[in-house]
Amino acid sequence: MLTVFICNFKSLTDTLPIMGKGMFGIFLVTGVIISSVYLLEKFTCEKKEE
Amino acid sequence: MNDLEKHPCLWYDKFKDNGEMFHNCLPKGLGLVFELFGNVLNLEWKMVVMWVIGAVLIYLAIKREMEPTLLLPIGFGSILVNLPFSGAITQMYDSGVEEGILDVLFGTGIANELFPLLLFIGIGAMIDFGPLLANPKLMFFGAAAQFGIFFAFSLAAFVGFDIKDAASIAIIGAADGPTSIFVANYLKSNYIGPIIVCAYSYMALVPIIQPPFIKMCTTRKERLIRMSYKAKEVSRLTRILFPIVITIITGLVSPRSISLIGFLMFGNLLRECLVLDSLSNSAQKVLANLITLILGITIASRMRADEFLAKETLIILCLGLVAFIFDTIGGVLFAKFINLFLKQKINPMIGAAGISAFPMSARVVHKLGLEEDNQNFLLMHSTGVNVSGQIASVIAGGLILNLVG
Repeated sequence: MLTVFICNFKSLTDTLPIMGKGMFGIFLVTGVIISSVYLLEKFTCEKKEE
Repeated sequence: MNDLEKHPCLWYDKFKDNGEMFHNCLPKGLGLVFELFGNVLNLEWKMVVMWVIGAVLIYLAIKREMEPTLLLPIGFGSILVNLPFSGAITQMYDSGVEEGILDVLFGTGIANELFPLLLFIGIGAMIDFGPLLANPKLMFFGAAAQFGIFFAFSLAAFVGFDIKDAASIAIIGAADGPTSIFVANYLKSNYIGPIIVCAYSYMALVPIIQPPFIKMCTTRKERLIRMSYKAKEVSRLTRILFPIVITIITGLVSPRSISLIGFLMFGNLLRECLVLDSLSNSAQKVLANLITLILGITIASRMRADEFLAKETLIILCLGLVAFIFDTIGGVLFAKFINLFLKQKINPMIGAAGISAFPMSARVVHKLGLEEDNQNFLLMHSTGVNVSGQIASVIAGGLILNLVG
């Protein structure tokens, strides 16, 4: 149960690396997805008829 | 303090057990009334407070049209479960335990994540990822706007929540009901009721929460930036392959959340394949409506007065709000940062649409653009960012499970 408003600096410092990893992870996965979408478009674009 | 004072609900039983006292105390005829309405004595003030909360939710749903599909069932359900000895939830009687239907539904549909996942099929079938596929870079704004989740996570841990509860509370910032339910349930949070109510209520309040913080982080000059939109055709094959590719990538990175993104993308594949229109329509309308209908009232089973009316609920409401605010700020500041490197500047307000509350957030940004300049149409850009936020929030949920679970 919650021990409210006991400012827990240890928990804060414990969670900061998770915060960093989480934000890095989300940008990394997003980067991979964006690259994949560009590749998809490159390989699947329908050539316009002349 | 004697037993009767501690437990007012025992009053009626004591009267009833002592027949002589019962009849001596009451005028003739009133005994029957007392027998019929004796349950009124079991009413507690906390239950009445929950009725008021239920009434407010119903009011917001009907009068203000805020997420009525969810707030109305949740509001009604909170009244339903807070009647003394409500048979809708599991109760202990002298004869034994009697299971309530809402607890049965909770165990069948939410405890095992079934309802949120089925709902995701419907949501996936509703979303057109076209604007995102036309400009994939917009996905970065969706990623940036998940900052509030991780900020609220650290803050929740700082004020004393256990790390798993902190993660469950933080995921309110995903602005995505099914993801919040999935993560909170997966992490076996003690606060699933307040978390879900908070997530859905704040989603409904996006048009009120976001504008002041968007304005706070931008100058008028920035809000006036116009963005041209060139409609770009996306091939059918790309539209079909997109949900499959996303499922594979996120499944490899975050296998625990694969069912979340998988069901969302399955719904989208039904839509984009164009050969299953009937299934796609059913998922968008019938399935989504049916699940939403049951989901709302089932969630209410976790709105019992004794669990809900605690100081923790108030803190969770504050932390959820913080998560939404920092999502908005994160998205806008990221857009401003990107602008430092761009010749053709983007309107930083679109970063705020990276919060996954779809489509409210996109509309909020579009409306703010029009407020500043009635020829500044940001809807297509903000919609692209908004759908990317939908994907990013699910990825964030998966990462939270990976890092904390």
